[in-house]
Amino acid sequence: MSRLELRHVRKAFGGLDVLADISLSVGVGEFVSILGPSGAGKSTLFQLLTGAEHGEGEMLFDGAPLDDHGRHFAFMPQRDALMPWRRILDNTTLGLEVQGIRRKAARARVAPLFAEFGLAGFERHFPAQLSGGMRQRAALLRTVVQERDMLLLDEPFGALDALTRTAMQRWLEQMWRHHRWTALLITHDVREAVFLSDRIYVLSARPARIVREIKVPLPRPRSLGGDAARQASALEAEILDIILNPNPSKGHDHD
Amino acid sequence: MISVGLLLLAWELYATYSGIKPTILPAPSRVFEQAMLNREALVDNAIPTIRATLLGFACSLSAAFALSMLVDFFQPLRRALFPVFIVSQTLPLVAIAPLVVLWFGFGLAPKIILVALVTFFPMLVALVEGYEATEAEIGQMLRAMGAGRWRIFMLARLPSALPYFFAGLRISITYAVVGAIFAEYAGAAKGLGIYMLNAKNNFRPDLVLAAVGVSAALTLVLFGSTVLLQRLAMPWERAGKEPVGMGSRR
Repeated sequence: MSRLELRHVRKAFGGLDVLADISLSVGVGEFVSILGPSGAGKSTLFQLLTGAEHGEGEMLFDGAPLDDHGRHFAFMPQRDALMPWRRILDNTTLGLEVQGIRRKAARARVAPLFAEFGLAGFERHFPAQLSGGMRQRAALLRTVVQERDMLLLDEPFGALDALTRTAMQRWLEQMWRHHRWTALLITHDVREAVFLSDRIYVLSARPARIVREIKVPLPRPRSLGGDAARQASALEAEILDIILNPNPSKGHDHD
Repeated sequence: MISVGLLLLAWELYATYSGIKPTILPAPSRVFEQAMLNREALVDNAIPTIRATLLGFACSLSAAFALSMLVDFFQPLRRALFPVFIVSQTLPLVAIAPLVVLWFGFGLAPKIILVALVTFFPMLVALVEGYEATEAEIGQMLRAMGAGRWRIFMLARLPSALPYFFAGLRISITYAVVGAIFAEYAGAAKGLGIYMLNAKNNFRPDLVLAAVGVSAALTLVLFGSTVLLQRLAMPWERAGKEPVGMGSRR
């Protein structure tokens, strides 16, 4: 059954349509991506989910209407949003502290996860002392320890250099196989979407609508070589074609 | 330090060899000599100045902090209040200082008011702009975590304002000393300002300059302590300048 379901969600800012008609669903333990060009309103969708903005249409969580506070979601923003003045350990406990858990208890809950996230030994460091990849891992750790029902990842690797990004995608895929988080990822990186997702929703340019839903049939663990890689490349090419040459007979032109 | 030394040296040589009278331009050595001879009077007059500076600054800091929070929570206040404060900054100290003394007497009160007047607005602006400098994504993330406005203020906006706060502090603390001296100049029983005025009226530029030296030293000490305070309050600033790679662990 689907954990999150959106039916005909729309959003306009002052007469400007941003989201035209979004219907999608995310199943339990499923990794779903929303892929679309920059400025298509992908982040607006997350604002609706976290309750920062309100739109039209139905948003259901486990079959019930989603409450405004979006308490079901742990949100990871585009840049790592680590607080420079907090040590890494205290950055990762932030969500727990906001939930009202005492600092000591929160630390005890987070500390054992540092090794798995490749951050062991850096608990007492400040964010500025860490590399981009480590900061992103710390940000993900801060997100997952909140133990919400679902992860919302807003272009989490967009600010990283290409090599670090690839390394982080492989790492995230591996982490996901262990934990099977229900996750919704926003990205404009076709490769990233194919590599990480079970399903991909392809978004049109603004006003955003879903132009295609694509199942990614590739076996896990995802590999970068062999047959699976060829299949992945073919899928990437197909998706790029959908995004860059929108079929005028099928979709609508909004230029 | 070297530039200050060279400047003093040039001054010393000029005052000694140009034949200018010491009652017009005394050499630094003479100023220093006279300062030592009159050190009791100088210290005696420096104490009220220090007191006025610190008390006035403390008042202005508390007021600026309280109002900055109010403005942060109720944005319309900003538009209502800022014009008033900007006008307050355009008031010439020469005109306002004697008036404040006239209204509040020769005691401590007018000095505190004047120090507060010159330092309040820079501190208020520093704090308000500091809150605004909070990374938007941190705010968005905290809201998604379920934090309310107060929580976001304490967790994100207040710490984000720290660098701005200290920048404002460094500027204001120098204004504060000048403000206190000016207030005393306009009328006081004791203080570096009135001491300078009396020394000038007695044709003792050496003592005027000695008092200037004391006030400069005072400003430097206050400035230095704000720098020190910033280092203590923001340890991550220095930590960030020495990044550690993947390998090195402490």
